[in-house]
Amino acid sequence: MTFSGVLCHDAGMGFDQYHEPPEELPDGTRTFARLCASLTEEAEAIGWYEQRLAVEPEREARAIMRDAQGEEFKHFSMNLEFLLRRTPLWREIAQGILFQEGDIVEHGEESEEEATEGAAERGSAVHGSTSLGIGSLRGAE
Amino acid sequence: MNHLLREHAPITDRGWAVIDEEARGRLTPALAARKLVDFAGPYGWEHSATNLGRARVLADAPAEGVTAEQRRVLALAELYVPFSLARSELRDVDRGAEDADLGALDEAARRIATAENRAVFHGWRDGGITGIAEASVHDAIPLGEDCERYPRHVARAVQALLSAGVGGPYGLALGPEVYTHVLETTEHGGYPLFDHLREIIGGPLVWAPGVQGAVVLSQRGGDFLLEVGEDLSVGYDRHDAGAVELYLLESFTFRVATNDAAVALT
Repeated sequence: MTFSGVLCHDAGMGFDQYHEPPEELPDGTRTFARLCASLTEEAEAIGWYEQRLAVEPEREARAIMRDAQGEEFKHFSMNLEFLLRRTPLWREIAQGILFQEGDIVEHGEESEEEATEGAAERGSAVHGSTSLGIGSLRGAE
Repeated sequence: MNHLLREHAPITDRGWAVIDEEARGRLTPALAARKLVDFAGPYGWEHSATNLGRARVLADAPAEGVTAEQRRVLALAELYVPFSLARSELRDVDRGAEDADLGALDEAARRIATAENRAVFHGWRDGGITGIAEASVHDAIPLGEDCERYPRHVARAVQALLSAGVGGPYGLALGPEVYTHVLETTEHGGYPLFDHLREIIGGPLVWAPGVQGAVVLSQRGGDFLLEVGEDLSVGYDRHDAGAVELYLLESFTFRVATNDAAVALT
């Protein structure tokens, strides 16, 4: 990320993305937490650029900020895609909400219900488990 | 860290990812029971027993004038298959090798999948499991040597289930030997036996290592229940300079709810 305000903010925050002792967390969970923190920072940066663009009158300055905001859109999207790839249930719920027309809240409720029930039926791994996540193989002849 | 102690193993994230992927890849084709029976869980390593909803009367009560009963439960059994991987192979995995020798893991996966199938279809007395074939009230149907007569035998099994009021679709678990015969055989006119059998049963036809002969069973649901505590997992035991000792593990139990919803073909 390129937004200087965010970098200063980071320097002061240390390892705040962890809510449990980092040394007790598996490597995969630490990576997941880092990317969650990045996702938050990119969203903040997008919001800050949006505010600056709303008040900046000079055309050239606005063009630079618009370009910078585009970078943050890209960073946010890459972070999100990484997290969704690592979290199948999140991905499944997101698929029912993102890029859909219609009522967002309705899509959200339906998508969550379908995805969580489907996960339970498939015998998905218990949260936090390190099993192979095989569960039921019905339909996998 | 949980009871699998994976964080104690001298194995990198990449190494674990390759091991887990290899295990999944080897287990999935062989876990026939999970393709044909209901699955409940996973309920985790701490889950120890299934409620059967039944009780037995106790002869003695703690005081006079009191009757006593004790709940019956089905305790989960654990399957454990150790295997050893060379640390040199795991180092090659970290270097990007895609042909690492994980043969011991493949063999362990075959063993545990076979054990699960055998327990579900033929029972496991010490594990407290009655299998589908041994629980069936229907007479077993001999398959015989002539593969071209298999459709007739399977149709008889389906007829027996229909006569008992057990609706379809039906699934067919085929032991490896029978499965090979079925794949290799075409009937008069060149029609593959595999496709003919599938038409008769209307459901999945599954390769089932650990199964003797074959079993036709209802797929309507509610007849056979595989309950899993810890789902199949790879854990760490110990290591030395040359090798890492790992294991495949699961805890489960199985019960037949309807004893006339399957027919064994022997």
